[in-house]
Amino acid sequence: MSPKDQVFDEAYWLHELQHYLPAQAPLKDFVHHNTLHAFQDLPFHQGMEAATNLFGYQTYADPAYYLEALRKGQITHEQLEKRLKKAGAASVDELIHQLHALSGSLAWEGEVGQIRKRWHERHHLNLDKAVHPLLFRTLGSYLDQGFATWAFPRSSRGFLASLRELDRQSYYRIFKHKRVRALLKQPGLSLERVLQLLVGRAAYFGPYLVDMAFAHPGWSGMVATLEQQPDSLLDQRKITLREFLLFELLLELDAVYARLGDHFMPLMNESTDDAPVYFGAQKPLPALRTLAVWQEALEWSYFDQVLAGMADAPESKPRRGSSFQAFFCIDDRECSLRRHLEALDADAATYGTPGFFQIDAMYQPEGGKFMTKICPAPMQPAHVLHELPARGKKTRQQTDWHFSRRSHGLLGGWLTSQTLGFSSAVRLAANIFRPGESPATVSAFRHMARDSKLNLRYKGESHHGLQLGYTVIEMADRVERLLRSTGLVSDFAPLIYVVSHGASSVNNTHYAGYDCGACSGRPGSVNARAIAEMANDAHVRELLAGRGLHLPVDCRFVPALHDTTRDELVWYDEKGLSEVRKQQHERNKSTFEAALQCNARERARRFVLIDIQKPVAQVHEAVKKRALSLFEPRPELNHATNALCIVGRRSLTDHLFLDRRAFMNSYDASADPDASLLLGILQAATPVCGGINLEYYFSRVDPDKLGAGSKLPHNVMGLIGVANGMDGDLRPGLPTQMIEVHDPLRLLMIVERAPDELLDTLSKHPPTLDWYRKQWVLLVAVDPQSKSLYRFEDDAFVRYRPQAHVLPELREVESVVLATSENLPVMRIQQEEQL
Amino acid sequence: MKWWLEFFIAVPLLGFLVSLLLSGNSEKALSRTAWMTIALHLGGVIPFLVYWLWQGAPVVNLAAFTLFQDPHNAFIIDFYFDKVTAVFLVVGSFLTLLITLYSRVYLHREAGYKRFFNTILFFFSGYQVVIFGGNFETLFLGWEMLGLSSFLLIAFYRDRYLPIRNAVKVFSVYRVGDVGLLLAMWASHHLWKANIPFMQLNNYDLVHQQLEQHGGIGLFISLMILLGAAAKSAQLPFSSWLPRAMEGPTPSSAIFYGALSVHLGVFLLLRTWPFWEHQLTARILIGLTGATTAALGYAIARVQATAKSQIAYASVAQIGLIFVEMALGWRDLALLHFAGNAFLRSYQLLISPSVVSYLIREQFYHHQKREHSIEDSYPKRLEYTLYLLSLKEWHLDEGVNKLFFAPLKKLGHKLDFLKVTNVFWFFGLTFGLSLWLFPRTHLLPPQLAHYLPEIFSGMALLLVLKAFSERKYPRLVVLLIAMSHAWLALAASFNEHYEANHVLWYLGGVVPATFLAYACLEYLCRKEERYFDLQQYYGHQYEYPRLSFVFLLAILGQMGFPISPSFVGEDLLYSHIHEDEWLMAFFSALSFVVGGIALIRVYARLFLGPHIKTYHHRPWRSA
Repeated sequence: MSPKDQVFDEAYWLHELQHYLPAQAPLKDFVHHNTLHAFQDLPFHQGMEAATNLFGYQTYADPAYYLEALRKGQITHEQLEKRLKKAGAASVDELIHQLHALSGSLAWEGEVGQIRKRWHERHHLNLDKAVHPLLFRTLGSYLDQGFATWAFPRSSRGFLASLRELDRQSYYRIFKHKRVRALLKQPGLSLERVLQLLVGRAAYFGPYLVDMAFAHPGWSGMVATLEQQPDSLLDQRKITLREFLLFELLLELDAVYARLGDHFMPLMNESTDDAPVYFGAQKPLPALRTLAVWQEALEWSYFDQVLAGMADAPESKPRRGSSFQAFFCIDDRECSLRRHLEALDADAATYGTPGFFQIDAMYQPEGGKFMTKICPAPMQPAHVLHELPARGKKTRQQTDWHFSRRSHGLLGGWLTSQTLGFSSAVRLAANIFRPGESPATVSAFRHMARDSKLNLRYKGESHHGLQLGYTVIEMADRVERLLRSTGLVSDFAPLIYVVSHGASSVNNTHYAGYDCGACSGRPGSVNARAIAEMANDAHVRELLAGRGLHLPVDCRFVPALHDTTRDELVWYDEKGLSEVRKQQHERNKSTFEAALQCNARERARRFVLIDIQKPVAQVHEAVKKRALSLFEPRPELNHATNALCIVGRRSLTDHLFLDRRAFMNSYDASADPDASLLLGILQAATPVCGGINLEYYFSRVDPDKLGAGSKLPHNVMGLIGVANGMDGDLRPGLPTQMIEVHDPLRLLMIVERAPDELLDTLSKHPPTLDWYRKQWVLLVAVDPQSKSLYRFEDDAFVRYRPQAHVLPELREVESVVLATSENLPVMRIQQEEQL
Repeated sequence: MKWWLEFFIAVPLLGFLVSLLLSGNSEKALSRTAWMTIALHLGGVIPFLVYWLWQGAPVVNLAAFTLFQDPHNAFIIDFYFDKVTAVFLVVGSFLTLLITLYSRVYLHREAGYKRFFNTILFFFSGYQVVIFGGNFETLFLGWEMLGLSSFLLIAFYRDRYLPIRNAVKVFSVYRVGDVGLLLAMWASHHLWKANIPFMQLNNYDLVHQQLEQHGGIGLFISLMILLGAAAKSAQLPFSSWLPRAMEGPTPSSAIFYGALSVHLGVFLLLRTWPFWEHQLTARILIGLTGATTAALGYAIARVQATAKSQIAYASVAQIGLIFVEMALGWRDLALLHFAGNAFLRSYQLLISPSVVSYLIREQFYHHQKREHSIEDSYPKRLEYTLYLLSLKEWHLDEGVNKLFFAPLKKLGHKLDFLKVTNVFWFFGLTFGLSLWLFPRTHLLPPQLAHYLPEIFSGMALLLVLKAFSERKYPRLVVLLIAMSHAWLALAASFNEHYEANHVLWYLGGVVPATFLAYACLEYLCRKEERYFDLQQYYGHQYEYPRLSFVFLLAILGQMGFPISPSFVGEDLLYSHIHEDEWLMAFFSALSFVVGGIALIRVYARLFLGPHIKTYHHRPWRSA
C-alpha cells in the first residue's frame, strides 16, 4: 500500500508504545525487572537483534571486553572451540579475528527517530530543544509528589483537563499560537487531528508518535507505567499516555508555527517513502551473531566450572542442624553469610527461601497513612497486618530542617541561612570525619519498631477490603508451605531462625532496590516476625502435627533482620525462650556475630578503598560506616555479579566457593513427590531472579541507554525518578555505581529434580517455561539420585558433561578474600569440619 | 604580611600544577594532592587570621609584582586584604577542603577523576586571585580563571548533550558579565588617569572629588560593576543559568553553584562599595535588581519540582536579598548572609539524593490530601497566571537569548558571504588599504579621520560577529578572530602613546595561538572530514583526547586568557582608548567577549557532546 492511502490505527500504536516503553515504577517502588521485557516473546539472541535494530541499544558487551575475558581465562578455549561451527569459523584464531574485525565496524544505531529528525534536516528545527524543557517541567510538576511548595493546580479529571483549566483561567497562555490554543479547547481532540497538521500523511503518524515518545523514553515510560499502575504513587495522579502525547504534539505544533509561520507544509505531506514499520520487523545483524557466540562462551566458561564442581560433590552426611537451623532469603547476598555460618558451626544448617517467608500481605506501620506491600510484586494479597502501637516514643520520622520547604522561602531562607546555615557546615564536617545516623539515612531497622507487635490473629475485622490478620488455618498453611518447600520436614533443631534482610544507606535514590526483592523492595522484618509467631503458636503446631509435621514442643522459631549493607543483625521476640534455649541462643548469637564479621570482610575486598588487611573488627567498622557516609555512592554492591540460581539441597553446593554469585532456594525433591511445590518455587523465582539478572545485564552492557548512567550528577525529579541536570529525561535502569563490577552473564537456573519431571512441571505453566525455552534464563537439571546433569536446549533436556575441570582448592576463604578484588572462579572448599 | 598573601595564592597554584603532572590512574595521589593542598592552605589561613586580628585587623594592600611597566602604563598584580577578603577566605578554604575530602570517595572510579581534581584546584586558585585582587586587573584575571573552571565542570560529562549545551550557555552569560568588568576597568582608567588599587577607593575625599567632577562616568562604572555582579551571581535578567549549571557531579555543583562561585557577584559589590556608596542612583539600581530577583526567584523556587533547581532558585532569591542588604549599606549583614547561605545551600545540594527517602517517609506518615498554599487565596486568574509564568521561569532563559545573543547573531549573518576561500582576499584588501592609510590620514577628510579608530574596531567587531554566527566552517572562525585582533591593534595604534611593543604584547599571544589552533583543526579536518563543521556536536574528544586538550589551550590563548601575554596586551589596549571613544571601548569589549564565546563554541561542537560514531554505547540526546 502506498503511503498515500494508509490509515492511522491509534489503538494499535498506543498499545505498541505501552509495550516497548521502559516500565520502571517510581523510585519508592523500585523493583528489578527485565529491562527488555518487550522483546521477551523472541528467543534471547533474536530479541537482542530486534532491540538493537529498533532502538540502537547495545545488547552485548564490547568486543574488547570479551577479548580481555579470554586473556584472563574467563573465556576458555574449549568453550570457543565448541562453538566454532555456530560461528562459521575454522579455528579459535579465526573467531578472535572476527571479533577484532568487529571493533570498529559496529553500529549501535536504531531505526527509531527517522521521521521526526527531518524537521532538523529540512528546516534546521531542533524540536527537542524547543519542546522538551517545558514538556518535562509541566509533566514533572503535575506528577510531583511533594517538592513544590506551590503545587500544580490540577483537576481530578486528568492531565489534559488540568491544562485546559489552567489555560482557561489564566491571563497568560501555555501556547503562543491561537490555533493551538483553540485545539486545546476542543473536548474530543484526537491525536490524528494534530498529526494531520503537523505530519500530513496518515502512514507516518504512528512512526512519528514513536519517534516522539522515544526522544525521551524515561518520561514517556513513566507516564505509561503510571497509567497502568496509578497506585504506585502515594498521592495519585490521573494521566494517560495518549494525553501526554497529545500535549507534546500541541507543543510541537506551537513551536513549528513560531518558527515556520502560519502556513507551513506538514512534514511528510509530499513524501512517498515507505513508512517504517518499526515493530515486529526482523533484520539480521551478522555482527550480533558473532557477539552472541562470544557471550555464550563467556557464560558457559563460568557455568561449566560450577557444574563440574557440583557433579564432583563429596559424599557427605547431611548436616544435622543440632545447633540451629536458619532460614534465609534466596537473595545472592545471603550466600556468603550462610557459608560462613556453616564453616563456623558444623552443626548448623541453613535454608534458602524467598524472603517474604510465605507472608502474602500488606503492612501498615503504626502512624502510617498508607499500606505497603510486603510480598512479591505480582501477588495480590488478601491480608493486611497492622503494627500495634508500642509503648514509649512514637516518632518514626525525625525531622531535618534542611529538607524543610521553609528554607526555600524568602523570609524562611533569610532567617535559616544566617543562623542554622552555619550548623550545616558543622554537620557536613561531622559527616565527613565521623559519619553517623541522621534523619537522612534509610535504615532497614526502622521498618518495624523492635518493641512493637503485629496484630497477627484474625478477629473478624477488615481494613480497606483486606482481611486484618490470619486465621489459624491460614497460618498453618503458610508455615507448612515454608517447611515443605525447603525440605525441612523432620529433624528439627531446638532453635529455628528466620533471618530476613534489608539494607541501610544514605544519599541513595535507589534505596528501594537494596531491600528485599521478594518483599516488594521493603525489608523483611515484618514477614520474619509474622511467620515465626505463627510457627510458635500452639494451635498452629497442633494443625501441623495433623498434617505430618511434628515440631517438638520446645523447638522455637526466632525472627531476625540482617542488614546487608552494614552486616548487622537484629533479633526480635527473644523473650519467650526457656532458660536452656536462651543459653543455646546466646551461643548461636556469637556464631552469627563472627560470621557477620567474616562476611563484612569478604565483601570489603570489593570496596577498594577499605584496607582489608586490618583486623576483622576494624574492617567491619569501616563497612558499617559506608552506610552512613553521605559521600559513599556504593554503600553495598547489591546483586552485582549474580549469575546462578540453585534450587536444591544445600549439599549440592556447600563444598563450593561461589563468591556471592548464587541465589539459593532450598528444595528437596523427596519432600515434594508430585512437584507441586517446585512449580510454586519456579513460578516465583524465575521472573524475580531472572528480572534482577537481566536488569544487571542490560545496565552493564549499555549503561547509557539501558542503565541510568553515573549517579553522581543525578537530580531527583518530583520524588519519582532521577535525571541529569534540570531539563533531562528520566533515567530508568541501574546507575553505573551498581553494575560496574558485574559480569554480564545470563542467569543459570540449576534445579535438583529429574529432567523429565522438571519439564512436566514447567509445562504446567507456559509463561515460566517460556523464559527457558527462549533462553532469557538458562536451565540445567540435576538428577537427585545419579547427580547427572542435563542442559535444557531446543525444548529438551540433553545430558551435559562438564569439561574435565580441576577446580582450585580453597583452604581458607580468607586467603583468597584478602588477595584480590576481582571476580573469582569457582573453587572447592576443603571442609575439615565435616570430616 | 606579603609573604602570607603570596603563600595563599601560590599554594593552590602549585597544587594545581602538581596535579596536572600526575597520572589519571592514580586516584590516591590525585585526591591526596588536592586535599593536602587545601588543608595546607587552611592551615595557613587560621594562624594568619589570628595574627591579623591581633594586629587590629588592618587593611593591607601590596603591589605584588609588575607584569609590565612603561612611562604611561603599568600592569600590576596587586593584593589586598580586609574583612571581606577574610570572610571569603575562611568560608572558601573551609568548604573547598570539605568538598575535596567528600569527592575523594564520591568520585571513586569515575572516568575523569583527574580532570575533576585539576579543575577544583584551578578553580580554587582563581578564587584566591579574585578575593585577594587589589585592583581591577588582578580581580579580572581570577574572574577569567573561574569562568573557565565553571565551563569545565559543567561540561564534566562531556559525552552528553545537555551538559555541553548548558556549559556553553553559562560561559556565554559569564562573558556578558565580563563586558561589564572590562568597561568598568576602561572607564576607571580615565576617571583616575591611572590603574588604581581598590585601596584608594577608601579615600573618601579622593573618590568624592572625582565623582563630583565626573558624575556620569562614575555612574557608568557602577552600572558596569552591577552588570558583572548580576551575571556572576545569577541576578536578573541572568538568573536562569544557575539551575542549568547543575550538570556536574553533585559536590562540584555544591561548591560552585551552591556556595562560592555564585556569591562572587556579592564579593564584587562588597569590594567596590566605597566607590558607589555615595551614588544614590547606583544604590537604588542595585537594590532594585536584588529585590526583583528575590521576588521572581522566590516565585520560581516555589513551583520547582526537582531537588537541585529548587535549591538553585531559593539561593538566587537569597542572593537577591543580599544585594538589597548591600544597597542599604548593611555590609556586615551581607557578609554574614553570604557565609550562611553558602554553607546551607552546599549542604542541601550534597544531601539532595536523600530527599527521596526523607520526603516519601514524611508523605507516608503525614500525608494530607491537599496542601494549601498562600496562592490559593489569590483570585483564580491571578494564581494561575503567576503559576504558569513561574513554571516558564518568567521567560528568563529565552529573554537573555533575545536580549543579548540573537541581535548579535543577526548582525553576524550579514557577513555570510565570507568563506575560508575568500576571507583572505577580503581581509587583505580592507586591512591592506587601512594599513596604507594609517600614515596618511591627512589624505582623508578630518571628520572621517577622527573616526578611524571606531571604524576599525567596528570592523573587528563585525568579523567577530561573523565568527559567532558561523555554522559551518570551524577554521574560518579561528581566522576571523585572529583578524579581528589585527583590526583592534590597528585601531589602537592611532593613539599617540600606543607603541610597537604594546602591539607585540597584544599579538604575541594571539598569533602563535592562532597558528596552533588552526593546525589542530587542519589535522582534525584531514582525519574526520565527514564530521567537521559546526552544525552539531561531534564529540571527537572520544578519539582525540590530546588534540582536544591542545586545541583548548590554543583557543584560550587566542581569546586572551591569562595564560598568554595577550591578556596584558588587551589591558594596555584598553588604557589607550580615549575617554571620548566610548564606542571603540564598547566595540573592543564586545569583540573580546563574543570572540571568546565563538571559540568555545567551536571547541564544544567539534570535541564535546555525544560522539558521532556509534561503535560504542552513547546516551540518548535528552539524557
